[in-house]
Amino acid sequence: MRKLLFQSLVQMSLTEPAPPADDAALKEVGQALANVARRRLGRSLSIREVDAGSCNGCELEIHALGNAYYDLERFGLRFVASPRHADVLLVTGPVTRNMRVALERTWNATPDPKWVVATGDCARDGGCFAGSYAVAGGVSAVVPVDLHIPGCPPPPLEILRGLLALLEAGAAAKI
Amino acid sequence: MPGLNELLRKGDIASSHRPWPRAVVSVEAWHEAIAGLAGGQWLLLGLWGEPDRVHMALRDETDETVAVVTLDCPARRYPSVALHHPPALRLERAARDLFGLEPTGLPDLRGWLDQGNWGVRHPLAAAPDPAPIDKAYAFLPIEGDGLHQIPVGPVHAGIIEPGHFRFTANGETVVRLEERLGYVHKGIEGLMAGATLEAAAKLAARTSGDSTVAYGLAFALAVESALGVEASARAAWLRALMAEMERVANHLGDFGAICNDASFSLIQAHCAVLREKVLRTAQSAFGHRLMRDRIIPGGVTCDIDADGSAAIRTLIADIEALFPALVELYDNTASLQDRTVTTGTVKPHLARQYAPGGYVGRASGRAFDVRRNLAYAPYDKMRFDVPALDAGDVNARVWIRIREIEQSLALIAQLLDGMPQGALAIELPQDRGSCEGLSMVEGFRGDILVWLRLGAGSRIGRCHLRDPSWFQWPLLEAAIEDNIVADFPLCNKSFNCSYSGHDL
Repeated sequence: MRKLLFQSLVQMSLTEPAPPADDAALKEVGQALANVARRRLGRSLSIREVDAGSCNGCELEIHALGNAYYDLERFGLRFVASPRHADVLLVTGPVTRNMRVALERTWNATPDPKWVVATGDCARDGGCFAGSYAVAGGVSAVVPVDLHIPGCPPPPLEILRGLLALLEAGAAAKI
Repeated sequence: MPGLNELLRKGDIASSHRPWPRAVVSVEAWHEAIAGLAGGQWLLLGLWGEPDRVHMALRDETDETVAVVTLDCPARRYPSVALHHPPALRLERAARDLFGLEPTGLPDLRGWLDQGNWGVRHPLAAAPDPAPIDKAYAFLPIEGDGLHQIPVGPVHAGIIEPGHFRFTANGETVVRLEERLGYVHKGIEGLMAGATLEAAAKLAARTSGDSTVAYGLAFALAVESALGVEASARAAWLRALMAEMERVANHLGDFGAICNDASFSLIQAHCAVLREKVLRTAQSAFGHRLMRDRIIPGGVTCDIDADGSAAIRTLIADIEALFPALVELYDNTASLQDRTVTTGTVKPHLARQYAPGGYVGRASGRAFDVRRNLAYAPYDKMRFDVPALDAGDVNARVWIRIREIEQSLALIAQLLDGMPQGALAIELPQDRGSCEGLSMVEGFRGDILVWLRLGAGSRIGRCHLRDPSWFQWPLLEAAIEDNIVADFPLCNKSFNCSYSGHDL
């Protein structure tokens, strides 16, 4: 273990020297996010993830935000275990009828001011599951949505970009 | 007891069912099938409904025969399998919810997927009932001094799928766990009915996102079997290449996450990096991080070029350089082993009865792997081992994953070395009339079964997708017994069952 830890100390940081285009985008996203988040929320934004019926593909990519390449927490963004600690609900999936009440309760438990980010194509309008007897629709059919992040699933970088867009929109409207 | 083939001979063999036979049987033969399951002679692969009949897929381990038996039930009643063979219980409850098929003697009459929110009862029946079921759900009763209940979910604390766990604990020790699932039921089988092959393939690939390649493959194989065609060798090898990359990515994620649930985040941090490398390589080689929608009935939508091959070879080298150190670290960290060894043990008799696939089965002495036992192309030409252990605990499920990562890396190298030439996709025959296909594919989690019937214009008549989780979720309830509540996340992650794949 000591060898592994030592290697981690001396080797170059993994955090996003990836492909050029992605790298530039993330750098831009990172700086802008830091500025806006600091103004709005003193550098910190707490996110509660809610799977309202997804296939779990979006969850995999949201998870990836925490790896060394994206390192979400360096932006002051972090996932929290309870909606009562959250500023943002990151909701995935078409909202199934069986998850409708749970999503409503989670939204009600989140203190104001709060934002809802509908993540993935299904979260917009139900995607390929729209029209099913078991699906209520997109996230906006159940709780008010501030932003949609498209993709099936959206790659981690797109989710980061989306959170930035939300902050900018929020800053323009509320400051 | 007679063999599976003898049982089939007592029924009417369906003419257009491939590759394994299906027979419409009498009630007596249905009872014989139940007795064979209850006696441990055959294993249950799946049970699903149609508006006026019920199907059951069986496997005979001794000679590797697979068969589907069908019972017509115009009165929508059939003798319950679960009454004698508990692994069928949730499948029967689900078919009852969707089709209104009543299993006579069903030991549990509560809804399973239906929670009373659909605005309709029996949505897939010929004539759905407009009156929904009662929303109240009676959890199993508990009795005794000093017991308390802990309700968890459906919204969990982590970034995971929704489901409800009802723990009954005595102090810190779990005396019973009862799962309640169905929260992410999207009605996939309902949406499939009447869908074009293209739309249905998309739905199949969104049944369980972590297994999108495996589901895409299972659906494509079922369609190709029904139509009596075969994808080209190149397509089959590309499919396997993507399937093995999916397996490596998921096993890496699980290995890290299990260690993280034992509060050992160092392995998690490194595994997450390796997993990200796999996904980025998939993006560069196949154009999608999860390789979704790359497999279609008839073949694949993307080829691999020299750059893609080189990227994957670099990836293998990267993983092979770092992974052994992580395995050694896992093996030599006493505090970590203290959490995983003898935790969440699946008892051998339950493993035999439920016949779970994947790492849950292989960590409990069941060396079943579809790629080996019911091999599909190109695995019949590949060299690989199917690791199996007997301990049945969290530690054994970790080691199975470790060994499978090593096997998959070797398979990927073989696939790249021997990649044959051929068309990416073949033209599918149009309008074969009614035909049926069954397929089984080894996803990272275990065996996925797809059964379908094609109708006019090659549209889907009925399609059933059975996730490996159906036979793993019930074992989690048993494995957690007598463990402490705090070890549940560890046990749960070591199973890593799919909610979406199960709820459909």
